[in-house]
Amino acid sequence: MTIKEKQDELISDFSFMENWMDKYEHIIQLGKELPLIDEKYKTPDHLIKGCQSQVWLHTDMQDGKLIFTADSDAVITKGLVSLMITVFSGHTPKEIAESEIYFIDAIGLSSHLSPTRSNGLLSMLKQVKLYAIAYEAKSQSQKNGKEL
Amino acid sequence: MQHVPDITVPAIDVEKIRKDFPLLQEKVYGLPLVYLDNAATTQKPQIVLDTLMHYYIHLNSNVHRGVHHLSQEATAAYENSRKTIASFLNARKPEEIIFTKGTTDSINLVAYSFGRGEIKPGDVVLVSAMEHHSNIVPWQMMCEDRGAELKVIPMDENGELIMSAFTELLTDKVKIIAVTYVSNSLGTVNPVRDIIAQAHARNIPVLLDAAQAVQHMPVDVQELDVDFLVFSGHKIYGPTGTGVLYGKEEWLDRLPPYQGGGDMIKTVTFAKTIYNVLPYKFEAGTPDISGAIALEAAIKYVQQIGVENIQAWEEQLVEYAAQQLQQIEGLRFIGNAKHRSGAISFLVDDIHPYDLGELLDKQGIAIRTGHHCAEPVMGFFCIPGTVRASFAMYTTFEDIDRLVAGIKKAAAMLR
Ligand SMILES: Cc1ncc(COP(=O)(O)O)c(C=O)c1O
Repeated sequence: MTIKEKQDELISDFSFMENWMDKYEHIIQLGKELPLIDEKYKTPDHLIKGCQSQVWLHTDMQDGKLIFTADSDAVITKGLVSLMITVFSGHTPKEIAESEIYFIDAIGLSSHLSPTRSNGLLSMLKQVKLYAIAYEAKSQSQKNGKEL
Repeated sequence: MQHVPDITVPAIDVEKIRKDFPLLQEKVYGLPLVYLDNAATTQKPQIVLDTLMHYYIHLNSNVHRGVHHLSQEATAAYENSRKTIASFLNARKPEEIIFTKGTTDSINLVAYSFGRGEIKPGDVVLVSAMEHHSNIVPWQMMCEDRGAELKVIPMDENGELIMSAFTELLTDKVKIIAVTYVSNSLGTVNPVRDIIAQAHARNIPVLLDAAQAVQHMPVDVQELDVDFLVFSGHKIYGPTGTGVLYGKEEWLDRLPPYQGGGDMIKTVTFAKTIYNVLPYKFEAGTPDISGAIALEAAIKYVQQIGVENIQAWEEQLVEYAAQQLQQIEGLRFIGNAKHRSGAISFLVDDIHPYDLGELLDKQGIAIRTGHHCAEPVMGFFCIPGTVRASFAMYTTFEDIDRLVAGIKKAAAMLR
């Protein structure tokens, strides 16, 4: 699935839920499915700034694709990280860097989450994109290096 | 729903009181609001809103300046508020009441002026381990400026001050003690009479942060014999941006002014300025006139209900809440003082307070989560924050039942 298709699927899943308690239930469930970060990466440089609760995020490159793992000390946050990772994991840095992210608004997360949470979500999004851009830049310079 | 206890305060007609507060009639997410964040700020009765409107429609004018009719009316209303507040606190004179922007502003005023007038390098300022940031940082800043030292009265696991340690900290170097009357994060009521008595035995003045006290219990500054006492208007049903500093006249006379500007002067030349008398010496610039007048309306409202009645009602609420919350599996109180008021802090298992707060919010229940501007308190208990329910005169037993049911539902989802 493309990043766009994954977003559309999430939006559709959430659209069937009537109230916010149900949506939270779903988010919490997703948190339980989060691919957990290796304990050794739970270091300050893997902490995302701007989150009120603690969020650690790590990324690995496998076959040209980025795989994200993460964790948080708060359950709802964990669910939100899981949403984010579902969308991005398994895509190339270029796809991630160029993707347009609209599921957060479409689900209504930006307006219904407490401001500290939605700020945290935005910091997370920024961090994922930064990772992708950094990988993309690295692979570009390696390519250029070989050609020289 | 649990049953409501039979003991209630006959003098409090809570249903009638609730009708006076327009915001309590609001719904959130389509549910009737349960507002349990009163320690952060209280809702305002209609009379406070009406007073604000009335001021701008009929009285608006600058105070202490004009000879014209409106200015005199506005000045009279503003000064009447000062008298009402003086009598509410039982101050000797209205001049001992200084209008400020709030507790924070009041403490900054005293820290600055006291520092400039009284503090030398090597002197000591005492605060307690359970202070709000606004009763820590202004003193820290002043101590840094003056080369003085900030020392801390420790507390124990129950969230009570360790009084023997306080006594040991009292040396001749201590120049002022600033403590909270009631802790906003733990609900602890501190033994302020004992603190003041021990301090005065050594001629050390005491400032009480009464931000969480005046709306919950009778406060008499003469009976307490306290030197400075501060509170915020918005936590006692009044408007935001208003606050009070009570200071004993001899102290306020002795301290240098805080901010300079209009109103606080008697005469100004480029060579020298002669400062105005109390209370104007500490009220530079155009004050929050409408706010001060509406604060009077709030305080009169409280007086009409009766602070003793409010206290009796809220004591039952706190007791009932503690008893009901205790029955929730995995819930532990943060702060378990014998004498507490207004607020209860807790955690459930290892559920993050933000998670719990968010799921309570979605059920229409407003509580506070986080460090409550008291990071040292959270550090002491090694927790990221707490969930805090805090009460007001309009809080009901049903509110507490909904809180308890809401926590149970949220905890089941989060476990
Ligand atoms: C004990 C205590 N002190 C000081 C403050 C600060 O009050 P304000 O923000 O109104 O200046 C508060 C408010 O949260 C408080 O609870």
